[in-house]
Amino acid sequence: MTWETVIGLETHVELATKTKIFCSCTTEFGGAPNTHCCPVCTGMPGTLPVLNKKVLEFAVKAGLALNCAITRHSRFDRKNYFYPDLPKAYQISQLYLPIARDGAVDIRTGPGDKTIRIHELHMEEDAGKLVHDPWLNQTRADYNRCGVPLIEIVTEPDFRTADEVIAYLEKLKETLAYLGVSDCKMQEGSLRCDVNLSVRPQGSLELGTRTEMKNLSSFKAIARAIQYEARRQIELIEEGGRVAQETRRWDENKDASFAMRSKEEAQDYRYFPEPDLPPIELDPDCVDALRAAQPELAEEKRARYQADYGLSDYNCRMITSDQALAALFEGLVALGAPPRQGANWIMGEVLGALSQHAMEPKDMALTAPTLARLIALVGEGKLNRNTAVKVFEAVFDTDGDVDAYVRAHGLEQVNDGALVREVCARVLEANPQSVSDYRGGKEKAFGFLVGQAMGELKGRADPQAVNQALRALLE
Amino acid sequence: MKLRELTALELGAVIKKGEVCVREAVQAALDAVAAQDGALNAFITVAGERALCRADKLQAGVKDAQSPLYGVPMAIKDNICTRGVRTTCASKILGDFTPPYDAAVVEQLADAGAVSLGKLNMDEFAMGSTSETSYYGPVKNPWDLARAPGGSSGGAAAAVAAGMGWYAIGSDTGGSIRQPAAHCGVTGMKPTYGTVSRYGLIAYASSLDQIGPLCRDAADCAAVLDVLMGHDCRDATSLPGLDSDWNGSGPRADYGHLLERLTGDVRGMRIGLPAQCFGDGLDGAVRAAVLGAAQVLKGRGAEIVELSFPVLEYAVPAYYIIAAAEASSNLSRFDGVKYGWRAEEYDGLADLYRKTRTQGFGREVKRRILLGTFVLSSGYYDAYYKKALQAKAVIKDAFDRAFEGCDLLLTPVTPSPAPRLGDSLGDPLSMYLGDIYTVSVNLAGLPALSMPCGLDAEGMPIGAQLIAPHFGEGAALSAAHAFQLDTDWHRRAPKGGEAP
Repeated sequence: MTWETVIGLETHVELATKTKIFCSCTTEFGGAPNTHCCPVCTGMPGTLPVLNKKVLEFAVKAGLALNCAITRHSRFDRKNYFYPDLPKAYQISQLYLPIARDGAVDIRTGPGDKTIRIHELHMEEDAGKLVHDPWLNQTRADYNRCGVPLIEIVTEPDFRTADEVIAYLEKLKETLAYLGVSDCKMQEGSLRCDVNLSVRPQGSLELGTRTEMKNLSSFKAIARAIQYEARRQIELIEEGGRVAQETRRWDENKDASFAMRSKEEAQDYRYFPEPDLPPIELDPDCVDALRAAQPELAEEKRARYQADYGLSDYNCRMITSDQALAALFEGLVALGAPPRQGANWIMGEVLGALSQHAMEPKDMALTAPTLARLIALVGEGKLNRNTAVKVFEAVFDTDGDVDAYVRAHGLEQVNDGALVREVCARVLEANPQSVSDYRGGKEKAFGFLVGQAMGELKGRADPQAVNQALRALLE
Repeated sequence: MKLRELTALELGAVIKKGEVCVREAVQAALDAVAAQDGALNAFITVAGERALCRADKLQAGVKDAQSPLYGVPMAIKDNICTRGVRTTCASKILGDFTPPYDAAVVEQLADAGAVSLGKLNMDEFAMGSTSETSYYGPVKNPWDLARAPGGSSGGAAAAVAAGMGWYAIGSDTGGSIRQPAAHCGVTGMKPTYGTVSRYGLIAYASSLDQIGPLCRDAADCAAVLDVLMGHDCRDATSLPGLDSDWNGSGPRADYGHLLERLTGDVRGMRIGLPAQCFGDGLDGAVRAAVLGAAQVLKGRGAEIVELSFPVLEYAVPAYYIIAAAEASSNLSRFDGVKYGWRAEEYDGLADLYRKTRTQGFGREVKRRILLGTFVLSSGYYDAYYKKALQAKAVIKDAFDRAFEGCDLLLTPVTPSPAPRLGDSLGDPLSMYLGDIYTVSVNLAGLPALSMPCGLDAEGMPIGAQLIAPHFGEGAALSAAHAFQLDTDWHRRAPKGGEAP
């Protein structure tokens, strides 16, 4: 029998606000334990939450970008459960009236394009962290993360493969980063993903029993976990067993998942409306204003680059995959660089240098004016492409002055035809063997002669011009 | 001068004039505490040294004092956080809890020159109607030591009645200010929900809790409410005021002007008597005293209107479902992990929770946590909690309709005078039913006060309740003030409780 895997995702994204969702403590990552806390976020008796308006704004922006309907009358609910990382013993979340619902995200994978439906997006607070000390057999609570604002984005069970899941997560990450609402760093926990997975016979319309998988700390882990869990469920069913509805924990080291708790052990969270926070009434004008102020997202940029600049689909995707790269590209175009050349420089030298330095685009020093100047010098014939690459490498780290570097190192292109001819003639004279090899049909010898001439010219000549001069002399 | 006989405003005036110094007033109150509180148990914590220090500090600023309550000694219910002074909620579980912050009202009172004598006994976590559920022992009624003072602000009512401070700050979730005020012969008011910040009030039922004063008379209540009412950005349910924070939509409150409105003029005011509040189950003496109060107000020119309030019977069940549900969640944080009391021996996390909460909470608190947990459980939410919210909406509508035909409602506060100690503990259901006249006010978020209006045959005080529409504190206090101009029930003091 052929089996179909059905996957839905619950993704928690930490919002990039400066302060927490219900108090004014910082959201900065790290910090000594329990130093980013106050009586409100540690749930001291008598304290009350007050909603950070920025959280609402970011959630609405995210909802709009995911094509959701924004809920005009929304509110918070309490999710009640006991755990030492949750100081109030309830999490302020949204169950009954989430801020956004019924969205859609288009993704692209090898087999083609697909739309993933978004069930809902809601706001909630993060919990703290428990640190276990096996040496002392003690568990200590760190409440720094308590009250860090999150949005949870829940999809419909629309995924069929791990590739689709990764494509969706990449798209989500890209969109939220473009909006500036989250930096989506999985390693710092600002993007966390739970996978709901079931299998069913191909063609069946009924959903199988699903499991929920947690503790997925990288895209790679997600892909591995999906493959593992689908295989586990299929084997279980084929052996005549039944899939139990349960929560499972992915163990990256063991490359396997383990049951955490079953449906019977599932907690009753006793959700009810949070009485300490009044309902949220969103003014439609406010939502319209946010909609109007949304930045151009990656997809829109891609379409525009293709239509206006004729860039290839691949180049468009690469450049728009990161907001800093897209900004660099648009900066180059604005400064008069030919779009295709700008794109080529980014695809080649910029991405190469970034990967060599293991650096994020947003952290690089290089600015559009510097790269634009370099491109202009090549365009004007003042630098040859190879020398320009050397200049690029020299200015990349510190966004150095291109003109000053070129002057200081005497790198201007030699455009003096007579000088080139003179040097070429000298090279031919000095290498009679190569000349006769070339004349005897060895094309390789020509390359050697070009190299010799370029060397004499310290690489500053236009290689094309050297080629032509040599051929003319040899003929 | 007999300080004991002065109201808070009168004492404030003589302090201002320099006829009495703040230390004298504080010392008199502390003497009263020393003389009586062994029997009454109204205080959990007496902060005498602190109060005397504060008195001397305040004395230096007497000339520049703005507040009419400057230098007047008072006390605070022990569910309101006081920085550096232990705040127990009358529970074992918070027995060693000293907040590092003041409640908003404590800051406001400090700004107005109040001197706190300490923290007042109450029902544990404000759950109870007799102040007998306190871990620190029951409060006694100063009018009869064999009786309860009412609750949950029983320590507050007993302290004011016995002259242990000139006013007290309580909280009212279902009648917890008005009912003990009635049983102890003092005047107490729960203002409109959202007009006094709840920041620092340890929550029982967040959507119903409201802080308010217990005083000698209506004028003192007005003066204290002028201090307490106001917008607070730390409480998201706090309502914007008329002048500063109001954004042009929604309700608005006119803060800080209650005292100047007490004209005593009730001519043309329509006072409604809901038939359902004078039906079966009401003690004869209470009925007579409350109807007598109506006649007094009529005598001053008010118009008495009879009306029907058909949904009263839903108030108690709706209240106990909503309050218990919220309480079950609000009290979850007392788990022995972060602060407060922790079970001494336990085996693992679940056992730590179980033992701490089993041993740390009293019976009534556990009863309500269980009730609240049950009504919020999966499968029961719609049948109980959601229904209760619907009943709440119906009750709100019924009040809106009632206020189309009158300006204030006059009702009893309790079906009968103060119960004997121990009578209620074994019969929680009848204790709950005793809240019939007060809980609907909290469900609708309305302001209401309780004023003394008579004594029964055994000499126990009886209270009358005046309920106003939202933001109608001024009208209710004005009517109570008018009543108190013509009567002296509010000046009666329990025998034996004479302070020096």
